[in-house]
Amino acid sequence: MKYRSVFDIIGPVMIGPSSSHTAGAARIGRVARHLFDREPKWAHISFYGSFAKTYKGHGTDVAIVGGLLDFDTFDERIKESLEIARKKKMKITFREEEAVPEHPNTAKITVGDDDGELELVGISIGGGKIEIVELNGFKLRLSGHNPAILVVHDDRFGAIANVSNILAKHQINIGQMEVSRKEKGKMALMTIEVDHNLEDQVINEITALPNITQVARIVD
Amino acid sequence: MFRNVAELVELADSKQKKISTLMIEQEIEVTGKSREQIIHQMGVNLDVMEQAVEKGLQGVRSVSGLTGGDAVLLQNYIKSGNSLSGEMLLDAVSKAVATNEVNAAMGTICATPTAGSAGVVPGTLFALQNKLKPNREQKIEFLFTAGAFGFIVANNASISGAAGGCQAEVGSASGMAAAAIVEMAGGTPAQSAEAMAITLKNMLGLVCDPVAGLVEVPCVKRNAMGAANAMVAADMALAGITSRIPCDEVIDAMYKIGQTMPSALRETAQGGLAATPTGRELEAKIFGLPLNKK
Repeated sequence: MKYRSVFDIIGPVMIGPSSSHTAGAARIGRVARHLFDREPKWAHISFYGSFAKTYKGHGTDVAIVGGLLDFDTFDERIKESLEIARKKKMKITFREEEAVPEHPNTAKITVGDDDGELELVGISIGGGKIEIVELNGFKLRLSGHNPAILVVHDDRFGAIANVSNILAKHQINIGQMEVSRKEKGKMALMTIEVDHNLEDQVINEITALPNITQVARIVD
Repeated sequence: MFRNVAELVELADSKQKKISTLMIEQEIEVTGKSREQIIHQMGVNLDVMEQAVEKGLQGVRSVSGLTGGDAVLLQNYIKSGNSLSGEMLLDAVSKAVATNEVNAAMGTICATPTAGSAGVVPGTLFALQNKLKPNREQKIEFLFTAGAFGFIVANNASISGAAGGCQAEVGSASGMAAAAIVEMAGGTPAQSAEAMAITLKNMLGLVCDPVAGLVEVPCVKRNAMGAANAMVAADMALAGITSRIPCDEVIDAMYKIGQTMPSALRETAQGGLAATPTGRELEAKIFGLPLNKK
């Protein structure tokens, strides 16, 4: 089941006008921000499908940048996000892509600064709910049925065990887990679906582990 | 856990519980949150809805200038005492319009189930105030009941205009509202399901064709008609009228219609009202583009 909570239906509280194009876009931007773990200096944003056709009218551009600035869906500053980003000297470019995506509301965001960059592809599936389908070229195979986190880490022994130990300590059951890496010893990724929503404390404990670069919730 | 309307009604009947209660219990099970947390969160959503209605009834205008002010016109018309449809029906319509006008003006709303269809559930809920005199707890229950039906539609079909057309957005919202109205008015869970089925049947095939791609025209007026549709269908169900096609099959039909709808009619602003000469003119004007570019 794609939708798990009644608040996916009655909610989110948000700034209009579109839950898919505005709230969903803000959430995709915010996941990119959280995974990048700091304010990016620049962002390239590509819109596909219905996002590409109608993003101006829906404020999708405004919302996605709001997310990059770490604003929640109901943060009134979303309306002024382009201006705020400009004042912060965050360089932003938008592209309307012609390619027909698998899902009608798809966005690709590349963010970066002098120390690194990150690329993700997100889809907005309706009512403000989103899924992240690709990260740094890794295809994410998420069912979308359960809460999920992404853990970006260095490919070292014990990294995966340490994360699962913390989940076990908090009595959180893993429903599905996928580990992948670019090449031996380099950047690696854990995609973990669990049966219960994760409290901030669990996320913080995982973040504090050695060899962990970033942790982000991608499905609530 | 309920997966469809038949299971939901069966569960409500066998346990002698209201649909709102079942939705709350499922939320506790799925999220691990406490009942108090969940009820509190829905209360926050209720407050947002109430504030949006109040704001809209004071008169708002969207940035494009396409929408705004109609909720006020309707309230004034109701006060004139000359309305034909009846005060409560028009009150629901005006409050649905108020919410959606606030949405179009980039105000704060609660998506139910989406932002484009955010007017119907609160519009009908607040219109019932004078007649049924619900307390805060009952208003919160109304939202859980609406949520239960929306939850089923979202998981078995779609609630997004881009995926399933406006039938999936305003159609779902209207069905959700109709079911919740029935429960608040003292109807049975089965009657809630009938009301949902009757409402959604009359929204089938509804395309998503926003002029200039904005959530304004015809979205605001579709929220108005969605609210009216929900009120009438709830009354029909309470009168004992049933839908010949069961609710789950109506939801499935809606899903299949959405699947076969061309993408021009699913929120891309490529067809329908968006592609009319006036629709194109408005689009060109709003975005400052030459008309022949579109």
